[in-house]
Amino acid sequence: MHEEIIRLVNVSKSFDDQQVLQDINLSIGRNEFVTLLGPSGCGKTTTLRIIGGFEIADTGDVIFEGKKINNLPPYKRNLNTVFQRYALFTHMNVYENIAFGLKIKNMDKKDIDRKVKEVLRLVNLSGYEKREINSLSGGQQQRIAIARALVNEPQVLLLDEPLGALDLKLRKDMQLELKKIQQSLGITFIYVTHDQEEALTMSDTIVVMKDGRIQQIGTPQDIYNEPVNAFVADFIGESNIIDGVMVKDYYVEFAGSGFECVDKGFEPNENVDVVIRPEDIKLVPAEEGMIEGVVESVIFKGVHYEMIIYGRGLRWMVHSTMMEPVNTKVGMKITPYDIHIMKKVTEE
Amino acid sequence: MKKHLMAYPYALWILIFIIVPLALILFYSVFSIDAEGIHFTLEHFRRVFEPIYLAVFFRSIKIAAISTAICLILGYPMAMILASKNLSKKSLLVVLFVIPMWMNFLARTYAWMTLLEKNGLIATIMEFFGVELPSLLYTENTVILGMVYNFLPFMVLPIYSVLVKIDKAVLEAAEDLGATPIIVFRRVIFPLSLPGVSSGIIMVFMPALTTFVISRLLGGAHFTLIGNLIEQQFLTTMDWGFGSALSVVLMLMIMVSMGVAMRYEKENEGGGLW
Repeated sequence: MHEEIIRLVNVSKSFDDQQVLQDINLSIGRNEFVTLLGPSGCGKTTTLRIIGGFEIADTGDVIFEGKKINNLPPYKRNLNTVFQRYALFTHMNVYENIAFGLKIKNMDKKDIDRKVKEVLRLVNLSGYEKREINSLSGGQQQRIAIARALVNEPQVLLLDEPLGALDLKLRKDMQLELKKIQQSLGITFIYVTHDQEEALTMSDTIVVMKDGRIQQIGTPQDIYNEPVNAFVADFIGESNIIDGVMVKDYYVEFAGSGFECVDKGFEPNENVDVVIRPEDIKLVPAEEGMIEGVVESVIFKGVHYEMIIYGRGLRWMVHSTMMEPVNTKVGMKITPYDIHIMKKVTEE
Repeated sequence: MKKHLMAYPYALWILIFIIVPLALILFYSVFSIDAEGIHFTLEHFRRVFEPIYLAVFFRSIKIAAISTAICLILGYPMAMILASKNLSKKSLLVVLFVIPMWMNFLARTYAWMTLLEKNGLIATIMEFFGVELPSLLYTENTVILGMVYNFLPFMVLPIYSVLVKIDKAVLEAAEDLGATPIIVFRRVIFPLSLPGVSSGIIMVFMPALTTFVISRLLGGAHFTLIGNLIEQQFLTTMDWGFGSALSVVLMLMIMVSMGVAMRYEKENEGGGLW
């Protein structure tokens, strides 16, 4: 089912001696919604720009439908981009902006009119043809930018943090709308963001990047439930990351005692990172818990409470719908399945 | 202190140095002063429209227009080169470009005279190669050369200042939509730079239309543009009335062309230097 449309092979890139991408290998399928996720400076935008043709990789290949396109200029690539700050043509009105790509292809005026109308309906801005760009709100400009790219019917749409400048409510709405558009048109989206929630909401596949390297590729569920290292765990949602020792298979020691777990395949007594999601720690009466602690602080987060619990010399973040008041003694219970063991990332 | 009190010095300045001189020029242009006293007359304006003076107007406009066109053709690519360089080199280039403007205007123009004159540098070099040149100095082309040389920066800088402000992402977006570099220039860069172009045209055309120094030095004593004509009336023939009438007509012409350009710029949200 994974019919490949784009492949990056050993792509590396540096700017002025600074390595921004190292050995990127990535295969992107037809009709897939792929998100490049990572903190700023991780190389996600550079990866997108290499696919778009705005940067040339120092080494490695970009393969589009089986053909190398390493040095093909952007105007010869069958993909379109939605830019971070929209990059609309302010000297043209909405119609002229959207028709720009079609006019270059010398399309019939009647067809252009029809396509512009269709795509404006798709982004819910019917009747905006004659409007000037500067008279539109940020959200509307964003829709025009998306329409301007989509009207060319590209096989792949690149989106560079397109919702970054919008407010939270609008961003949520646009996330759903983008996902709907992607599914109804059946084209490949490659989406760059630093917002993990956005990535989890929209993507089929998430590519987590850090310091120019891919950390993990997987479905949102994989990435969230089975992060490969403490960085991914921490970046995707909140995590408790604790130093531990993997005594033997299925048995780990941390916070002063031994725990059953479901991981294996480490060296005996290897130092590891133990990752526990805040929502996976159950609060029980003090005497029934595996670890005892005292509630230090409570923050109301809407659906749940976020509590910091001090126990065994460590601070544990716990998410629970039940609130325990500050200074209460509580017990914490963790099932073996919720203890994630990760190899220590050796920091260079 | 109230804010409007602080405006008085400026108001006074404007009154003394702008309004009063303008009023005097208007006054001289429509009144004649002789032994019988002061009386109203349109005689000065009638003289402006005599064929011999109309020819001077026509020639001035023609030379100014040609100079402006050459400045635009040379200046636009120059501005693009300046705008495309990376930052450190860019400021150096801009400075190199501006330094000649710090030199005295007359000195610069005299320098051209020594280059172009009969036994000047260029003639000497060409003679060495056995080429006999026609007179380089005191022709219409020499005057145009002087104007282009002196006014080129006024064309380049406004265009440059608009070009550097164009968002790179907009150009990438055009390329992304299938535009070759030539189409990107024609459909995006050039239209976005028009405010700078119109500023540049105004800033070159006006001094080119009114100058009398360049035409005097490089065009010779008998090469007359409007500027020279007005200078003559005030300093040589002492016909202040006619000189004022010429000035008024020239001012009207400039105001009309400014008005056209300004309206155009308002439509394009300004930019440039105005």
